[in-house]
Amino acid sequence: MAIPVRRRVADVAAFAFATAATIFGLIWLTWILWTTLREGAAALTPTLFREMTPPPGASGGLLNAFYGSAVMIALGVVIGAPVGVAAGTYLAEHGRYTRLAAVVSFMNDILLSAPSIVIGLFVYELVVRTAGHFSGYAGGLALAMILLPIVVRTTEESLRLVPDQMREAGFALGLPRWRVTRQILYKAALSAILTGILLGVARIAGETAPLLFTALNNQFWSSDLNGPLANVPVVIFQYAMSPYDEWHVLAWAGAFILTAFVLLLNISVRLLARKGKDR
Amino acid sequence: MNATAATFTEDSAPSVKKSGAGADRAFHLTTAAAAWLVLLILGGVAVSMAWGGRLAFQTFGWHFVTGKDWDVGAEKFGAFVPIYGTLMTSAIALVIAVPVSIGIALFLTDIAPRWSRGPISVAIELLAAIPSIIYGMWGLFVFAPFMAKHVEPWLNNHLGTKPFIGPLFSGPPIGIGMLTAGIVLGIMVIPFIASVAREVFSAVPPPLRESAVALGSTRWEILSRVTLPYTRSAIIGAVFLGLGRALGETMAVTFVLGNAHDISLSLLMPSNSIAAAIANEFTEADTELYRSSLIALGFLLFVVTFIVLTIAKLLLLRINRQLGRTH
Repeated sequence: MAIPVRRRVADVAAFAFATAATIFGLIWLTWILWTTLREGAAALTPTLFREMTPPPGASGGLLNAFYGSAVMIALGVVIGAPVGVAAGTYLAEHGRYTRLAAVVSFMNDILLSAPSIVIGLFVYELVVRTAGHFSGYAGGLALAMILLPIVVRTTEESLRLVPDQMREAGFALGLPRWRVTRQILYKAALSAILTGILLGVARIAGETAPLLFTALNNQFWSSDLNGPLANVPVVIFQYAMSPYDEWHVLAWAGAFILTAFVLLLNISVRLLARKGKDR
Repeated sequence: MNATAATFTEDSAPSVKKSGAGADRAFHLTTAAAAWLVLLILGGVAVSMAWGGRLAFQTFGWHFVTGKDWDVGAEKFGAFVPIYGTLMTSAIALVIAVPVSIGIALFLTDIAPRWSRGPISVAIELLAAIPSIIYGMWGLFVFAPFMAKHVEPWLNNHLGTKPFIGPLFSGPPIGIGMLTAGIVLGIMVIPFIASVAREVFSAVPPPLRESAVALGSTRWEILSRVTLPYTRSAIIGAVFLGLGRALGETMAVTFVLGNAHDISLSLLMPSNSIAAAIANEFTEADTELYRSSLIALGFLLFVVTFIVLTIAKLLLLRINRQLGRTH
């Protein structure tokens, strides 16, 4: 029985559209990555890692920005990851089936997608306004609040994947619940939890909006976390929006390194996670 | 035998239980406190935005939302233009992202050779990993000039002369504006919608599709009459998720929207969005009322995205339960 032409045409058209849509999506990815690579590779020089961000019209590097970003990301992980793992543990283990866990799990997903600029404003009101000045601490705290829901979600999910037999085996040995969680479940879910934290790092490394009103920026070398701190995303923002060519070149260099860092981290984490699953 | 067992538990177990119970309680309370912290942050955001914006809300009342003037010198702040810009760019983003995402999901579940599905879906997901500031920079230096040179003149000549839709597409082809911002936003939300769509498409129970095949359906008919109706609420949930992302996206939009506080029907004209206005102006806000107005904008943004994301989450919960039952 032959299918009528009209139905066949609709079928072919739909599938041509689906193929075109995928190509459409992939074109943007290639276009953006290619631009970043072309402009960024040309701007890569050793001075990038040796000198500070320059005033308009002068040449320089991004050393202070790299340092500030690294410190604030580390601060974000140190604050956000333990709290996230603890909250994820509550959702999956100690508070499982409680109403609090259900509500937190729901709200966590909303925090996960909430606009990051609002988090920036919140930390501004909470810390910057109270302290009276911008600071690296405030920036790190803002990044921690963005990391937190990511870690909560992945911790909850990875603990749920641990089979109940392992919990039962632990209880049968007479272990109290917290030791079952710490010594059995965390070990079983370790790589998945770490994956979540690393994906969180990839996410906060590029966050700009929450740093604009918290860490602000600093043209000079500063290791004082209690004052404004230079960081890569805000430097890229300022320099790209400026009218100076030297600044544009530095912005591209920063963009290239940031993108390379984020994508490599993403891809290697995915590969590692898959390898772990195969075992 | 029974008696010895009883004395055994009574004698030795309590001491283990006791020391375990204390630590257990502490551990439980610590994790519960961490869970509360998630709620506290979300609540804190809402309260601090409302508190920080109270001066603006008190001063302008409803005019804060309906007023079209954003005059820093005269200290008159009406947020109509940024609100309009936010909604308009998000609408353009969805018009592009929804069909493309469904197409990608269909391609990945039905058309692509099996070996290529993993790499392609990772590539699409990487679109979500690229930091938004990179989108912004690429948009400003590469995409906006491309729009100005190749796309907008064409739109001017072809769609700009048509009745009804003409005013939307006429205007100077400068590349910076609502259309460019909407397209960039669209690209950014594609991975969010596509990944949910792909997941639910592949979770449609095989017997449903097989029955459609047995009835002689073409692949298009399976999609439009079986897969899409079956996954409808999840797809709508995914669209709301994408909308939530688009409404709050800041950096990419800040670069390509032009930070103009004038209202214009044309999509080619520069405009403003809530997030872009805050990002551009907050550090320059030198009076209490100015700063309060920007925080009030943040409050509006938070409330709207909260509602949109709640709807998304509720719709996605429902399909998860549905899929859970059918398995």
